[in-house]
Parts: sequence; C-alpha cells; structure tokens
Amino acid sequence: MDLYEYQAKELFAAHGVPVLPGTVATTPEEARAAAEKLGQTVVVKAQVKTGGRGKAGGVKLAENPDETRAKAEAILGMDIKGHTVHRVLVTTASDIAEEYYFSFLLDRANRTFLAMASVEGGMEIEEVAATKPEALAKVPIDPLAGVDLAKAKEIVAAAKFPAEVAEAVAEVIVKLWDVFVGEDATLVEVNPLVRDPENKIVALDGKVTLDDNARFRHPGHADLVDERAEDPLEARAKAKDLNYVKLDGQVGIIGNGAGLVMSTLDVVAYAGEKHGGVKPANFLDIGGGASAEVMANGLEIILSDPDVRSVFVNVFGGITACDAVANGIVQALGILGGEATKPLVVRLDGNNVEEGRRILAEANHPLVTVVDTMDNAADKAAELAAAGV
Amino acid sequence: MAIFLNENSKVIVQGMTGSEGTKHTKRMLKAGTNIVGGVNPRKAGQKVDFDGNVLPVFATVSEAMEATGADVTVIFVPPKFAKAAVFEAIDAGIGLAVVITEGIPVHDSAAFWAHAVAGGNKTRIVGPNCPGVISPGKSNAGIIPADITGPGKIGLVSKSGTLTYQMMYELRDFGFSSCVGIGGDPVIGTTHIDALQAFQDDPETAAVVMIGEIGGDAEERAAEYIKANITKPVVGYVAGFTAPEGKTMGHAGAIVSGSSGTAAAKKEALEAAGVKVGKTPSETAALMREIMKSLG
Repeated sequence: MDLYEYQAKELFAAHGVPVLPGTVATTPEEARAAAEKLGQTVVVKAQVKTGGRGKAGGVKLAENPDETRAKAEAILGMDIKGHTVHRVLVTTASDIAEEYYFSFLLDRANRTFLAMASVEGGMEIEEVAATKPEALAKVPIDPLAGVDLAKAKEIVAAAKFPAEVAEAVAEVIVKLWDVFVGEDATLVEVNPLVRDPENKIVALDGKVTLDDNARFRHPGHADLVDERAEDPLEARAKAKDLNYVKLDGQVGIIGNGAGLVMSTLDVVAYAGEKHGGVKPANFLDIGGGASAEVMANGLEIILSDPDVRSVFVNVFGGITACDAVANGIVQALGILGGEATKPLVVRLDGNNVEEGRRILAEANHPLVTVVDTMDNAADKAAELAAAGV
Repeated sequence: MAIFLNENSKVIVQGMTGSEGTKHTKRMLKAGTNIVGGVNPRKAGQKVDFDGNVLPVFATVSEAMEATGADVTVIFVPPKFAKAAVFEAIDAGIGLAVVITEGIPVHDSAAFWAHAVAGGNKTRIVGPNCPGVISPGKSNAGIIPADITGPGKIGLVSKSGTLTYQMMYELRDFGFSSCVGIGGDPVIGTTHIDALQAFQDDPETAAVVMIGEIGGDAEERAAEYIKANITKPVVGYVAGFTAPEGKTMGHAGAIVSGSSGTAAAKKEALEAAGVKVGKTPSETAALMREIMKSLG
C-alpha cells in the first residue's frame, strides 16, 4: 500500500524523523483554519499518490489564511494524472539552503535492501540516475545487520554529503531505517531532504510503501487505507476478501491462481481483437479454495459491474476439484437468482473435470455455456461481450 | 534423474499437524513421496496416522534429520511463524527447504535469505508463496497435483502455481523431469536462473519451459543467462500483458512499476536471447511440442 505524503510524514514524526508542522485539510475552510493556526507563510500541497504534483499546479505557496483558502479551493478536486485531489496538506514554508535525495528500498534482484542517496535532490531521481549516475550513491544493506550510525555514516560518505551536515544526515538516516523496518515498509523515500540555513535537516516530502503481508503485526496500518480513493467495486471485493482489480473492459473474469488469471486476461484481450476490441473487465483470483460462497461473492461483484457484458470463469482444478467448482457455480447462480443476467462461459480442466462438466450439463442453466479449452472459451466470452454491447 | 528432488529424497513437513499441512501430507504420501516425519515443538513425540502411514512428530528440524536422515523440508507454517521455521531449517543444514506459505512479509523473506547466504547457502530455498517441486513418478514436495502428468523429459520452472498445472496438463503426453514453482513473491530463494542451470546439468531433461509474469526483472536476467549458459532449448511464456501500471495482480511481486516489470519487456528480452515465447499457454505448449518432436 502506498501512503499519502501526510501519512508518510506522520510515520516519520512517530519515529523521530524531523518534518515541518502541518495539517491535512479536506475543505478550503479547513485549510484556512490550518494556516491560521500555523501563523506564517504556508505551502498548500495536493495529496495524491503520484509524482509531478508541482508541475501539475498542485503545490502552491500562500502568504496568509485567506490566500490559503483560495489556493486550497483551486487544488481540491483537481485531477493530477488521473488522481482526484481530495485532501491538501497545509504545512509551514521552509527556507531551503540545499536539497538532497534519500531512500531505502527493496532490491528485488539482489534480494536485499538498498540505500540510495544523492546531494542532487529535488529533481526526479530517475533523471539523476540516467544523466548523472555518479551522483547517486547506492549502498546495499544487510537485512540482518540493519543500519546503525556507523552504517549511516558510510552512506553519507558514499553520497558525499557536505561535512557540516554529515552527522545530522546520518542521524536522520538511522531514524528513516527505523521507519523502514519498524513499519515493514518496502520503500521509504525523501525527496527532497533539505538543509535549512541553520544546517538543520528536514524531510520536506515523504513517500512510503507498506507491505500488506505484514498487516498482522501492524493493526494500525488498516486505518491508513483510503477508502475514498478506492474503486467502489474494489472496496466491496476487498471487504469480502476477494483479490479483485477493476479494469476498463467488458468481459468479466474469474479464475483460480494469480498467474492463470493474468494469463486469462491476456487471452481474452487477444480474442477481443477479433470481436470489436472487447477487453477484460477485471482481475479476480478466487484462489485455491473456490467454495460456492466465494464463487457467489465473486460473481456478485462482477455482475454488478455495469461495464460487464459477459463473464469468463476459467478454472484449472488443482487442489480444488472441478466438481466443487461446478457446484459452486450452480449454487452461486441459485443464490443470485434474477440478479444474474449476463452470459457465463465456463472452462474447467484438471482434477475431476468430467464430474464438473456433468454437473454443469445437468444444471443446464440458460446463462451458462461450457467450452473445452481456454482459447475457445476466451473467444466465446469475447464474442458474447461484443454481441451484448 | 531430476532436479532438486528425486526418489531418494527423504521429506519432513514443518507444520504437518496444521490443517494445510495435514491435507497436503496425505496428498504427498499418496503421490509416493517418502515422508519420514513432521516438526511441531508442541506435539513432539506424538505419532500421526495419515491413512495408515504413521509418522513421528519431532520437536525440531535437527532432531528430525538426525532420527530419519531427512534431506528435504516442506514448510506450511503460517506467515507469522514462517521466518522462524525457515531459520530453523537453515540452521539444521537441511539440503532443500520448500516454503509453501503465502503472505510472508518481505522483511522476513529478506531476513531468511540473508541468513541462508551468511550460512554459505547450504540450504536451497524454494519459494515462499510457491506450489513446490515435483519430479513426477519420483517425489512431490509441495502442493502440485501429482496426477496431471507423469515422468518425461521436459523441465518446467514457473512463478505461478496454476499456470504450472496448466502447462503440465497441456504437455501431459510428454511428461516432465521436474517442475519447480519458484513463487510470485518479491524475494524468493530459487530463481529461474538456478532452475535453468539445474535443468541444463540434468541428463534426463531435454528442454525447458520457463513461465514468468509481470514485476521485477527476473525474466530479463534469466534471458541474459540463457544466452550465455544454456544450450538446451527453452520455451517461454509471460503472463500479464494487460496488467495496468501500479496494481498488484494477486501475487505480491506481480506489479508493473512505471515502465519497469512489463510483460512486453520480458518477452522482448527472452526473444532477444533466442527463446521462443508463446502468446498464450496453448501456443507455448505448441512450441514445446515442436521442439520435443524434433528432438525425437
């Protein structure tokens, strides 16, 4: 889960990383009140989970509360790269002497963690990496040893931070490591990390990605989920523990196993090229279990998507037997009754497939077509979706 | 021959007495796996009956190894306790640890990987979040259904469980030497490259199917490796061409970040290395079919 800047900074503050005082606001009035409380020139920052906010006009300076209100009004509701701004962060403006870059991240290729630091902060780090790679220090971190002050100093030296801030930066790095480990983050990025005229180091921005698999040891992380920014179908699916991603096509997809479902999306998209360009409407992995209840929940979500014209159920019975899946489909259609109105193409293979197909044939549901292979089933589902448009 | 697992493998199960562990221990036994015991410190000394196979429960992996000569462990313990279980397997020096558990925090997998490296990589880790390893007709360590196909000369390495099953099914008339599900997590033990090299060295494997998916650059690195080191024919498949940027597609590691980790880039890299890449699972199987026919 990616966090908003204001959430990242709350975690920073909790771990002792220096940040500027600020308040998050959802209305221009709240923004005005926040500026009044801060009592000085402020920055109004759009809270969206994407980069390039400044260029898009989502970050503005405001001299006084009335100006803050006006700036917040302009920014709230703005669209930045497809993300609607629902909140702004009102924070004190700072005097910047220098801007740096710092991050801890997961290095998948080397199966370890990496610290990246540069004294060329403030701009896109990808740009620094591409144009001036020597200015970006990359220091591998042993997950077992972690980052103590000595290791932090090694990073500071590798990135050639100026001597007068070396100690202060190293101390901040140790605290950022506390955030990274203590919160089970896979990314902690500060761009820019700034030096003010008094040589104080402050995290002016913050980007944090948390590991959803670690939720069991961070009950508080559930509160960081922004239900407002979620797709309503995705939110409903999540509430039912379904692994669902909304896409923009017309063929609803249900399958078992992440790889097979991804593959199903691709096969449907290829088939769609022959049928008016229809595309997959979603990703939905019902996992190994695939009980009648899970199938019903999945079908219910997909059938309530107004874009869906047909549904493709693609199951390879591994651990789950196909007869259980077939029973699940039949029972799910029974539970849904009149709500099920769109054609279903079902492809079953693997464990106990004959029995599964027999159950579906016997049920003889008018909406269900059973097709033998994944390719042919994808073609049929695309054809039905195109016909239903 | 086969890779990583064969008819002589002696297997223990960590978490054998849990619900998943019990279910899959039964299935593995049925598939002919030589399971010699389980590990659960709270049930040490007990015996568990699996449809007539009575297996002892040991307190630790070391004790189980000492008593039975086990050289493979299959780990079903829940995410919360998985790190400790893998550390224990590594400390005991067992040859192969297959980590089936899904949902292990990446800080924990990074820690056990670092621990394995620090110990000189004496333990091969497969997974986590994987279906395991099967050498059809010989042994099955994990949750791959054993009845899809039998022994043959194709090797398979895959990030995805159900796509592994699908590919085994598509090529069931040829059979497989070994199938290795390496898992879809961001940090995994055994990689595509490790499995490719093992298949290269295995005289019973004639050709290899490699299944990848979006996220990371493991497929790109495998492509480079194939170009330099693998002489056996390799056929590839990559899932997730239609995956949107920034969305995790089921597997924790399956995410396109910006322009990196796309299926298109992976396909391109593999093809540049001379690997034939299928557009769909069936096309991939057809490519392998042709190769197997030409090899006779």
